[in-house]
Amino acid sequence: MAGTLAEKVWDAHLVRRGSDGAPDLLYIDLHLIHEVTSPQAFEGLRLAGRRLRRPDLTIATEDHNTPTLDIDQPIADLTSRTQIDTLRNNAAEFGVRIHSLGDADQGIVHQVGPQLGLTMPGLTVVCGDSHTSTHGAFGGLAFGIGTSEVEHVMATQTLPLAPFRTMAITVNGDLPPGTTSKDIILAIIAKIGTGGGQGYVLEYRGEAIRKLSMEARMTICNMSIEAGARAGMIAPDETTFEYIKGRPHAPEGADWDAAVEYWKTLRSDDDAEFDTEVVLEADDLEPFVTWGTNPGQGLPLSADVPVPEDIADENERVAAENAIRYMGLTAGAPLRSVAIDTVFIGSCTNGRIEDLRSVAKVVRGKKKADSLRVLVVPASARVRLQAEAEGLDKIFLDFGAEWRNAGCSMCLGMNPDQLAPGERSASTSNRNFEGRQGKGGRTHLVSPLVAAATAIRGTLSSLSDLDLPDDVDITSFDGSPLAPLDPNVMLQV
Amino acid sequence: MEKFTTHTGVGVPLRRSNVDTDQIIPAVYLKRVTRTGFEDALFAAWRGDSSFVLNQDAYRSGTVLVAGPDFGTGSSREHAVWALKDYGFRVVLASRFADIFRGNSGKQGLLAGQVAQEDIELLWKVLENKPGTEVTVNLVERTATADDVTVRFHVDDYTRWRLMEGLDDIGLTLQHEEEITAFEQDRAAWRPKTLPAKHLPPVDIEAARPV
Repeated sequence: MAGTLAEKVWDAHLVRRGSDGAPDLLYIDLHLIHEVTSPQAFEGLRLAGRRLRRPDLTIATEDHNTPTLDIDQPIADLTSRTQIDTLRNNAAEFGVRIHSLGDADQGIVHQVGPQLGLTMPGLTVVCGDSHTSTHGAFGGLAFGIGTSEVEHVMATQTLPLAPFRTMAITVNGDLPPGTTSKDIILAIIAKIGTGGGQGYVLEYRGEAIRKLSMEARMTICNMSIEAGARAGMIAPDETTFEYIKGRPHAPEGADWDAAVEYWKTLRSDDDAEFDTEVVLEADDLEPFVTWGTNPGQGLPLSADVPVPEDIADENERVAAENAIRYMGLTAGAPLRSVAIDTVFIGSCTNGRIEDLRSVAKVVRGKKKADSLRVLVVPASARVRLQAEAEGLDKIFLDFGAEWRNAGCSMCLGMNPDQLAPGERSASTSNRNFEGRQGKGGRTHLVSPLVAAATAIRGTLSSLSDLDLPDDVDITSFDGSPLAPLDPNVMLQV
Repeated sequence: MEKFTTHTGVGVPLRRSNVDTDQIIPAVYLKRVTRTGFEDALFAAWRGDSSFVLNQDAYRSGTVLVAGPDFGTGSSREHAVWALKDYGFRVVLASRFADIFRGNSGKQGLLAGQVAQEDIELLWKVLENKPGTEVTVNLVERTATADDVTVRFHVDDYTRWRLMEGLDDIGLTLQHEEEITAFEQDRAAWRPKTLPAKHLPPVDIEAARPV
């Protein structure tokens, strides 16, 4: 029978088919853990006298709470320190591999899996973090879970899951210069809404998706959750295999051949039926920014702040009024006129080496606007090392940006990197909820290229607002993978 | 887990759509390592506003939250469910829930009942016209009643059964441990293992705790 990619991966992990309304029991290939959603799960195991079933399918890193400055000092915030110490103690007690602050593979959990070559096509990947959907870019089923489910996976390496519906999102054509995969996903969320993907697994496909690098694909799958979908996937292809090959945990020899042979079968059959289909033309896209307080409240940068009175639907009108008030915007004002206080470049959405390279290409030799601060936070310590090996850090520092250590940082402000009340950011992260980046903070979600242009001009801007020399090729991400570094390299702190 | 058949308590009208989990509990409260004691963190950003519904005496002791569509979107944090439960809520009614939130609720004994939006509006009217009105939620019949308004809610059969029986998910799954072990025997060699770590100087990682 014809099947979708998601159904094929699901079926390959079926331990037990549910009956009488009971969910299916699915085997989990890879469990990623971090300090925020794991302590209560470990505590649950301990209280019930249960063991961690598969330490060899589990990996931990520190990311949400970690400071991005002075990482050689004890963490100043006591509750953050407690959470990280708790993870370290739990990892030691239960025999879990952990990449702690100061380790070259410490970083945001959704960068660590791919860079180690642990994330592969055809896997089930879970983590107590909703952006686990990132790993679906490799053609696996990857989704965020709550702490009870974290405990469930720890104890059983399985999860009971109810069937999902499937949605195909086809993106045709070519991305225009100055636009990126971030603009694709922001446009998709604006189109289907923050609840449009609820109950679905999204499969992104089409010419524009095929042309994207692995990291650009991760950006798209990462934000599937912002459309309400638990998971997003992209069928694996040569781009995927190329990215994985040679990474520390990539299969080798005969295992590699067997894997690739299997991975090539991981695509939706031509006659597979999706429950819903959405089509987007990449050629029509412009740089996208959000103006409101949920990721669905986004518009092309050339647009104006919406006028609530013009919105027919009452719920949406009230939501727009609230958002405009919270964001301190003027209805009808051009988005390009919005002045920014902080530019944040980082997160599991856009903190990878290609993102940093694309920003560096734009800001090289320039100075940031005096009116704002710029934070550049690599997604992992290894991305930071790679960027430094390429000299990107010097470009950022000369530009006037702060070059920080790896972590989730200002994406959610659990560490000291926060917005002050009323402060406005252009952020390459994934959520613009009220107070997300700090109490009273105001967030505009943008691509790395818009972030770079905004950092130069001080107001929301795109590359078309800049006078760039012709020889700066800012649209072609060369996609070269993170070169494996000397295994003994450690951070100089 | 406590068995759930019916519950009666003060209904709280929350006239907001898209209440994401960052609003239910801001990230700053996630640093705790305990599983209880999150009641002070619930809707923390709104609790400072005296007009917020939970700051009004009639609703303060609420246990049934009646919210707008797309409740619980965003971050997967289960703390959102803990905060609602710790405050005293046993039931949330809304016309649409985020998937992860709905799943987390079922596992923690918080009933997330899906109600048609027009029925939510009916409940809102009752609860706003007569603040402090109690809502009776009957999981057996899948109905919620406030005053003379009775509405139906949807919850899937399996979650309903588990809530009514008070069953623990892990215990249920471990009844099938032999099937899990059998599945593991056939796992392809190319599928990844995190141990031993491949790129670092080899270090044996052992559990300090006997298993």
